Amino acid sequence: MIEANAEFEPRIVAFLCNWCSYAGADLAGVSRMQYPPNVRVVRVPCSGRIDPLFVLKALQNGVDGVLVSGCHPGDCHYVSGNLLARRKFAVLKSLLEHVGVEPERIHFSWVSAAEGARFAEILERVIGAVRQVGPGTKMVKSIEEAQ
Amino acid sequence: MREVEEQLRSEVVRLFAEGAIDLFLGYSSSRVPLRSAACVLHDADGVARLVWNRTCTPNLAALLRELLRSPPGATGDAPPRIGLLAKGCVSRSLVTLMKANQISRESLLIIGVDCPGMIDRHKVAARVGGEIAAAIWSGDDLAVRATGSGEHILSAEDVLLDDCRTCAHPSAVLSDRFLGEPRAPRRDALDDPASSLTEAEPEERWSHFQGEVARCIRCYACREACPNCFCTECFADASDPRWIGVTTDETDLALFHLGRAFHQAGRCVSCGACVSACPLGIDLRMLYEKVNGDVKVRFGTDVGTSLDEPEPLCRFALEDDETFMTEPGKGGRGMGVR
Ligand code: SF4
Ligand code: SF4
Ligand code: FES
Repeated sequence: MIEANAEFEPRIVAFLCNWCSYAGADLAGVSRMQYPPNVRVVRVPCSGRIDPLFVLKALQNGVDGVLVSGCHPGDCHYVSGNLLARRKFAVLKSLLEHVGVEPERIHFSWVSAAEGARFAEILERVIGAVRQVGPGTKMVKSIEEAQ
Repeated sequence: MREVEEQLRSEVVRLFAEGAIDLFLGYSSSRVPLRSAACVLHDADGVARLVWNRTCTPNLAALLRELLRSPPGATGDAPPRIGLLAKGCVSRSLVTLMKANQISRESLLIIGVDCPGMIDRHKVAARVGGEIAAAIWSGDDLAVRATGSGEHILSAEDVLLDDCRTCAHPSAVLSDRFLGEPRAPRRDALDDPASSLTEAEPEERWSHFQGEVARCIRCYACREACPNCFCTECFADASDPRWIGVTTDETDLALFHLGRAFHQAGRCVSCGACVSACPLGIDLRMLYEKVNGDVKVRFGTDVGTSLDEPEPLCRFALEDDETFMTEPGKGGRGMGVR
């Protein structure tokens, strides 16, 4: 199972806070750190900006995993956006798990602008977890069927 | 309930006579057997229509937004003063709506009651194995005539709504007058974190969820029945961005239900009004019971019991749980918490 999945290249969408994680990802890039190319980055002004509907919609559109990342507690540009986001995502992840969506697909983390290496590491972790559960099938809309 | 029904009628007559209210919002029987409907009285004339029985499932708080927005018969700028009957869950919805600035305390005159629990029509229909053609109560027993399967005698306790079975606050938590005797909150129910489904295997949970939402016809009766669905534009109707395709594709249905369930976190009072309203008897409880259990366990929220405490998703604590996160403790800590 794991072996078969090693062939599979997951598609991950990462919603990154402009002030920290996005800069962290950028730092990883300019420092020429190697990190897997499976990720599509969406830059947002704050992790608090991320509506849980973004995550549901991403799954429906066929991504295999979602990463949401913001500033560490205490560092949010808008003071508490990340702490409110933490509550929202605790509930969202638990709700998705409850209906049977694999928790391995849904990730929430803190990465600061200085943590390029941590960004690369987290991404490896996320991709590894998504590989374990294979391509996303639940919630994925098939266009042919819908028409 | 009979006595309380009588008291209610005379109380409403009195309130109109004193000029204390402009409208009264209560229940009246409907033509559908075992279903009471919300009813709005403009004067004491219709007071005989008011009922209080075990079929009063609608959550009356859901009607307030309409009544306060375009008050029928209102003159001038003053909002009408609305009297309403509040069982436990309805009173908690009122608290929730006040905190969300949807209604004001001053415009309401709340008549609180204790609720013995409402019956679930879907359960009755399943018991009798057919359409409910007629029903007659004698005390807590119910004689139901069903199309094609004769007469059945049921006890209300056997067909209670699941939400009423596990209700922690059967008596109104907020009222101006209380009819009958208030009951203390039920400890056992308060401590129960609920969520029947979490025990099952993930695949089992998924197929249950899929099976349920796949039957949804997107009539939105659940949303209309819910006091918390007060947004002027629901994400389900939005066209820019269009969150949900205008289809009954299973993923669109799942998105609607997950989105709605998430929006209920910290607001849903488990009144079961949506379950009762759904023409297909879809298991909506599996969703809101989950988010309710979650806000209770994680953030200590007992929805609708405190006017001062902000909604759980509108506040935070520095020490909130992080175990669901990916590598939470690692990396630099924030300046603010060093
Ligand atoms: S989601 Fe259903 S049970 Fe919860 S408050 Fe709304 S109508 Fe009542
Ligand atoms: S009331 Fe039932 S069928 Fe109608 S939208 Fe809600 S869940 Fe779907
Ligand atoms: S500004 Fe980065 S999480 Fe709020």
